[in-house]
Amino acid sequence: MSKLNVAIYWGAACGGCDVAILDIHEKVLKVKEACNFWLWPVAMDFKYKDVEALADGFLDLTLFSGAVRNTENQHIAQLLRKKSKVLVAFGSCAHTGGIPALANFYRKEDILKRVYEESQSTDNPNKVRPQVSHKVPEGEIEIPALFDWVKSLDQVVKVDYYVPGCPPNPERIWEVLLAVVSGAKLPPPGAVLGAGDKALCDTCERKRSEEKSIKEFKRIATTIPDPELCFLDQGLICMGPVTRSGCGNQCTVASNMPCRGCYGQPEGTMDQGAKMVAAIGAALEAKDPEAIDRALDSLPDPAGYFYRFSMSTSLLERRKE
Amino acid sequence: MENQERFEPRIVGFLCRWCTYTGADLAGTSRIQYQPNVAAIRVMCSGRVDPSFVLQSFAEGADGVFIGGCHPGDCHYSEGNYKAVRRYRLLLKMLAQFGIDERRVRLEWVSASEGERYAEVINEFTDSIRTLGPLEWNKEQPVVSERSIA
Repeated sequence: MSKLNVAIYWGAACGGCDVAILDIHEKVLKVKEACNFWLWPVAMDFKYKDVEALADGFLDLTLFSGAVRNTENQHIAQLLRKKSKVLVAFGSCAHTGGIPALANFYRKEDILKRVYEESQSTDNPNKVRPQVSHKVPEGEIEIPALFDWVKSLDQVVKVDYYVPGCPPNPERIWEVLLAVVSGAKLPPPGAVLGAGDKALCDTCERKRSEEKSIKEFKRIATTIPDPELCFLDQGLICMGPVTRSGCGNQCTVASNMPCRGCYGQPEGTMDQGAKMVAAIGAALEAKDPEAIDRALDSLPDPAGYFYRFSMSTSLLERRKE
Repeated sequence: MENQERFEPRIVGFLCRWCTYTGADLAGTSRIQYQPNVAAIRVMCSGRVDPSFVLQSFAEGADGVFIGGCHPGDCHYSEGNYKAVRRYRLLLKMLAQFGIDERRVRLEWVSASEGERYAEVINEFTDSIRTLGPLEWNKEQPVVSERSIA
C-alpha cells in the first residue's frame, strides 16, 4: 500500500491536540510507517510554500486543530482545504471554538486595550499596538490581523469530519487513524468521528438520584467530591448531561472531576449551553423566584461555564458574520 | 425621523396547552382586542420549553419571547411550570452575558379562565418590546460584569 500523505496543523490552539497525537505512544511509529508528513509545525520544519506547491487534493488527510482567530489561521485553513481530500476538524477548538472562543464574550477592542494598555505587567506609555504591516529597510513585513470573533473551522471552510475533545482521547485518535489508513469505508461527510452519540451521563457509573434537588452550587476548587455519587447530586456542575460521550470518562471516573464539556453537544442537541440551562432548571430544588435566584447566586458565570468549549457554535454566535 | 413607521416587534410565544393557550382562545372567543405581534406556538407544558427554543427564536430574528404557563400549583403535570421558572431565571442571567436585555424574555402564568389577563399581558409585553426596539444582539455590547477584564 502506498503511504498516505498527511498534514497536521494548529490554528489558535495550545498544542495539546498535537501532544495527544503523540500520546498514542509507540503506535506513532506505525503512523510514521503508514504516512508521509507534509506539514506539522509543532513537530517538524516545513514551509508554507512547499504546501502551496502541492497539487490540489494531494493530501489524503489533514488534521486541523485550533480555532480560526486571525488571517493566517484562515489562509492556512483555505490552503489545506484545497490541498486535502479529507479535512478533519481536530479537537474542541476546531470543532466548536474551544477555550479561545471564550474571547467572544468581549469585543476585539476591549481585548487589545486590556492586553496592550491596562494589564499590570504592561509597560507601554505610547500605547503602541501591533500593526498588520510595517516598513523596515529590507522591505515591508506583515503579521496576521486579528478577527473580531473566534470561529470554528467549519465557519471558514468545508469540514469533512469532526474529532472532538480537549484534547481528543488518544485511543479514539488511533481508531480514527486506523480507519483512514486501512481504507475502511468512512461515514458520510459531516460526521463526528472518535466519539459516541449519547450524552456522557449515559456512560457514567456514578450513583445518581432519580429526581435531583440541588440547593446550591459548590465550586470544585473548594470541594472534595464523593467519588461514587453523581456530581450534580453533590451540587457540583457537571456538563455530563449535555456532553458527547466517547472520552473514556477520564475526568469523571479516573480523576474525580466533573465533566467540563469538551466533547461538545451530543447528537440531536441544538445548543450545549441552553441545554445545560434546561438540565440545571430541572435539577434545582427551589420553587419561587427569590429562592431560585438565591440558589443561582452560587453560579456566578453560567455562560462561561456552559459554553466553555462551544462558544463559536452557540445558537447566538452562529449568526455573527 | 418622525415620519418613520411604528416599529412592530416580532415576538414568539410558547403557550402551555392547558392554561395559557386556552386562555388565549378565550380572549379570542370573547372578542377581546389585543396586539397581534405574538406568533403563538402551542406546547404541552411550559416545562417543555427548552431554552434552546428561546435562543433559536432570537437567532432567527425575534425581538422578544413570551412563555405562558399555568399558575403555581396548577400544572397539569404537577411540576412542569416550576421547571420552567427555574430555567427562566437562569436563562435571563445567561442572556445578560450575551448582551441581551432580560426584558426581552417574559414568563407569565395565565390560566384558562383569564382571557382578559392574557390580552393585558400581551399588550403590555408588546409595548415594552416596542420601547426596547429591534434586537440587534450582535451589535449590543456583551456584559460580563462578574469578571470584567478591566
